[in-house]
Amino acid sequence: MAERVGVYVCHCGSNIAGMVDVEEVARWAGANLKDVVVARDYKFMCSSLGQAMIEEDIKKEKLTRVVVGACSPHLHEKTFRRACQNAGMNPYLCQMTNLREHVSWVSVDRKLATEKAKALVSASVERVKRQAPLEPMYVKVNPATLVIGGGIAGLQATLELADAGYHVYLVEREPSIGGHMAQFDKTFPTLDCSACILTPKMSEVGQHENVTLLTYAEVEEVSGSVGNFKVKIRKKARSVIYQKCTGCGICSEKCPRKVVDDVFEAGMGTRKAIYTPFPQAVPRVPVIDRASCIWFERQKCGACKKLCPTDAIDFDQQDEVIEVEVGNIIAATGWKMFDCKRIPQYGYGRLANVYTSLEFERLCNAAGPTGGKIVLRDGKTEPKEVAIIHCVGSRDVKYNEHCSAICCMAALKFGHLVLEKTQAKVYSFYIDMRTNQKGYEEFYQRLLEEGMVFVRGKVAEVTDAARKPSEQGKLIVQFEDTLLGKQQRIPVDMVILMGALEPQADAKEFGLKLGISCSMAGWYTERHPKLDPVATMTDGVFVAGACQGAKDIPASVAQGAAAAARVQGMITKGKVMIEPIVASIDEESCSGCRICNTMCPYNAIEFDPEKEVSRVITALCKGCGTCVASCPAGVITGAHFNNDQIFAEIEGILWDAAASPHGNGSAAAKPQPTAASL
Amino acid sequence: MVTHQGHKHSSKFLAEVIANTPGGERMVHCLQCGSCGGSCPSGADMQYTPRALFAMINADRRDEVLSANTMWSCVSCYFCTTRCPQKVPITEIMYTLKRLAIRDGMAKGEDAPALAKTFTDLVEKYGRAYEVGIALFYLGLKKPMSALRAGPMGVSMFLRGRMAILPQKIRQVEQLQAIIKKAREIGGAA
Amino acid sequence: MKYAYYPGCSLEKNSAAYDVSVRAVADVLGIQLVEIDDWNCCGATEFFSQDELVACSVVARNLALVEPQLNQVVAPCAACYLNLKKVDQLMVEHPRMNAHINEALAAGGLKYQAGRVRVRHLLDVIVADIGEAAVRDKVVRPLSGLRVAPYYGCQWVRPMDGVDNPEYPMKMDELFKWLGAEVVDYPVKAHCCGGHMTQISEPQAFELIRRLLQNAVDYEADLILCMCPMCQLNMDGYQNRVNHFFGLNFNVPIVFFTQMLGVAFGLDFSKLGFGKELVAAKPVIQAKLGAA
Repeated sequence: MAERVGVYVCHCGSNIAGMVDVEEVARWAGANLKDVVVARDYKFMCSSLGQAMIEEDIKKEKLTRVVVGACSPHLHEKTFRRACQNAGMNPYLCQMTNLREHVSWVSVDRKLATEKAKALVSASVERVKRQAPLEPMYVKVNPATLVIGGGIAGLQATLELADAGYHVYLVEREPSIGGHMAQFDKTFPTLDCSACILTPKMSEVGQHENVTLLTYAEVEEVSGSVGNFKVKIRKKARSVIYQKCTGCGICSEKCPRKVVDDVFEAGMGTRKAIYTPFPQAVPRVPVIDRASCIWFERQKCGACKKLCPTDAIDFDQQDEVIEVEVGNIIAATGWKMFDCKRIPQYGYGRLANVYTSLEFERLCNAAGPTGGKIVLRDGKTEPKEVAIIHCVGSRDVKYNEHCSAICCMAALKFGHLVLEKTQAKVYSFYIDMRTNQKGYEEFYQRLLEEGMVFVRGKVAEVTDAARKPSEQGKLIVQFEDTLLGKQQRIPVDMVILMGALEPQADAKEFGLKLGISCSMAGWYTERHPKLDPVATMTDGVFVAGACQGAKDIPASVAQGAAAAARVQGMITKGKVMIEPIVASIDEESCSGCRICNTMCPYNAIEFDPEKEVSRVITALCKGCGTCVASCPAGVITGAHFNNDQIFAEIEGILWDAAASPHGNGSAAAKPQPTAASL
Repeated sequence: MVTHQGHKHSSKFLAEVIANTPGGERMVHCLQCGSCGGSCPSGADMQYTPRALFAMINADRRDEVLSANTMWSCVSCYFCTTRCPQKVPITEIMYTLKRLAIRDGMAKGEDAPALAKTFTDLVEKYGRAYEVGIALFYLGLKKPMSALRAGPMGVSMFLRGRMAILPQKIRQVEQLQAIIKKAREIGGAA
Repeated sequence: MKYAYYPGCSLEKNSAAYDVSVRAVADVLGIQLVEIDDWNCCGATEFFSQDELVACSVVARNLALVEPQLNQVVAPCAACYLNLKKVDQLMVEHPRMNAHINEALAAGGLKYQAGRVRVRHLLDVIVADIGEAAVRDKVVRPLSGLRVAPYYGCQWVRPMDGVDNPEYPMKMDELFKWLGAEVVDYPVKAHCCGGHMTQISEPQAFELIRRLLQNAVDYEADLILCMCPMCQLNMDGYQNRVNHFFGLNFNVPIVFFTQMLGVAFGLDFSKLGFGKELVAAKPVIQAKLGAA
């Protein structure tokens, strides 16, 4: 019996109709494509009216198949499948063809775009006729969640979930949670003390009955899929027995080895070889940095071990790999600071009194190396003039094209702190002031009143090469004041470089472990930039905070909470639908060669040693098709993507080239699949 | 609207400058940040900084741009080019503006075109640069006071064997001239 | 190692000291330089201000004349270096320019295959191809006690990528550390010497030269090392005029890096072109290193 196909072409406002003659596509499909019994175009097919139209047609016209030519299936496949289901059709008999991302948005010629749209619609019609009804599968959702990263975004997500009664494994690579926020003195625009608002959250997480805190640990491997992930976590050897340590701090106090702390103190201060990064660290259990410990260097000293009142020091401790099972994962892996040495004309690393913004955060922090006194590298001289340079490594295609989003406000905060704590004059060198969140513009106004000097111009260079006596011994900032159109030089004592926020160096590699993708720059890609900002293309994996793009504390917290809410939704629902698009092996014809076993990236194929055949574990299969292509006997079939469907699609796309695309049974020249040669 | 390689430019002059500069299409990305104007060793002597010039090009103010002294102050140090956060080939654009200004007779009152002309005429004639020739035909005619002040230096150079009275000539100067002639015929746009 | 050699016009007369010292140190280091037969002037910046295709074609003639069995050319002058490299790259990246330039070359019976010849500066050849061990091996008179300010100027480091840092080049610094000299961290080492501005606007040029000299004095350098004839001419030839103009009394010797390399290799001053500079270098060098 012939199928009865309905074709629906969406205008998407002017998104598609602006470049594709959608009326013509619909008319043509109705007039020319075999088995198409109804073909319509509509302004917004995804609207309730558009959906109702499809549902009505299914009932009235007794449609057995539906093709929707609209946007990406990522956006609306669910919508149209549901509409079909509402009208009593199996949802897998509905096929979407992408006339927006694949045609209108990437075309410049309306005539050609229209022709391409016709070809794609034809392909979908041919394919949909060969599709089979499929039944979705459901799996239970493990209520535990893995949160990766103990910065403010990860902490927020952890607390939201833990407070709601769900278990969270929080993994942090440093010895303490807290992230970058723990390094700051004040937060903009309200100037509340960063530690005062952060540390309560840290200790809450540390003590929460629903939180398993794994610091000094890294995620090594993730397997499984939404609802049921298995995660291997490497707990690096702390050399301190967690259960025995009381956090008294004697070990650090007595440790004779002092090293520069490049992480928490940003190189501005020191720590011991056995240390907690800062006094309010959570947990309070220290770690031994084996690279700088005297014991690990030459088996001498051992002061910490001798003096520990609870005998908690263990020099022989090994890394431990544990495995946990969770239903969902939230990546909150944060950002790293741009290496300011990459811009030599700003002198960082060569000129002593040029600072990065993170260094300056430590410098003005009351708990920092100078006790919050803003002084030059000599440790005593208060600067008389301070220059703050914006966009260092941001908005610069040689380094990072993006705007780092926080620097304008952080520069205003720095300006305020310098004006408050010193007699210095402060200059801000900006390209554009970006203060577009709640209370931010007001803060800018406040700094204008406080007398911070704003100069519009990207600084050309910072030099110690004096041209005249007044410049001797100073750092000279050279720039064009673009509002005056004049090149100028200003001698100052201190320069602060607002370095760009960059993706973590291992973001791409780590994304692969989680099965999520990155932008070219290395920021994790959200499912939809506006409408689904914390989900990813991988079900059950969410992102929060600056790992998704440069952002400030309020935005990071909002995302942490949003990701937790999404996870709670999954947990509350209890089960999750798995697409029935999986592979199956014809056991009768399987030779048991096991090639597919090793090819499967999801370990979803098992070997039955008794029958000597391979079998797909449906719950683990992601339908990627690797096994289908690898089977030398060609006996594996990928549901919804079988050869018949794919070849029909190809013939459909070549409707004007193929002699008889709709020939019944006369497809003698139909290409046959060749067994993949390995 | 003027189109260049699929881009729409509201400024005709911008399209013209882009069309005459290899890599010139980066100009549309200018953020007006001023790192060019801040970096330029001649920045203090310029009537308009390069950044200001780009704003004027965007505003289609062709005559003002081509009669500015900016490009003639350029020393081709390429600081602006390597520092530009948007990879605009600024030095090459200065060359383009010089060429357009000379071609359209807008470089009045500038000495640089005369120096360039004297220099290249001599190269075209002999195949090699000829410093004494430049001193005579450019400095001597155009800036006699400079020539006079430079006199003692010239003498010192001469005494140390650093100045040749007669030009050096290459053997196949006709070949060079044929190449130059052909290049001129083809016309020298990017 | 064998390279084509493009001396450029300046090295014929006004910077003959550079030419003789280049050849002398190349000889010591086993660098064989084969001068391009009948090369012509690269046109400096002057053709580019008038007609781009003419400018490129004039430069390309030299590339076309490089012997077919050689695929690298050494240019000691930074301006020549940039022009040769820029035109080659332009031809690689812009097929239309490539076609036009070759059409012009054809009028002289020549052709050039874009990208065939790699353009090098001698400094890069010495540091990268010869290397530290071989250079140190040849040092017989270490330059210890001599404070040198390495000056790179513009057109070797910019705008072409990849040879050294465009803002803060280090290759000459490295080389002179191998020779035992005290290398001054010279902040203006890649700033501009004024180029042809001495011919156009003396006040502007003199100020640029003054900054370089002043900075060398501030950093207590005994002399400035150059790698481009134009830089040497501006700082040395015009030093007296700069003094007059500003009422100053600089007396900073400006020498080519190859001359000092030759000194470290124990070559005779007379074979290295000393004495041609207007601000005498020999007394300072001898005072610091002892009579040679």
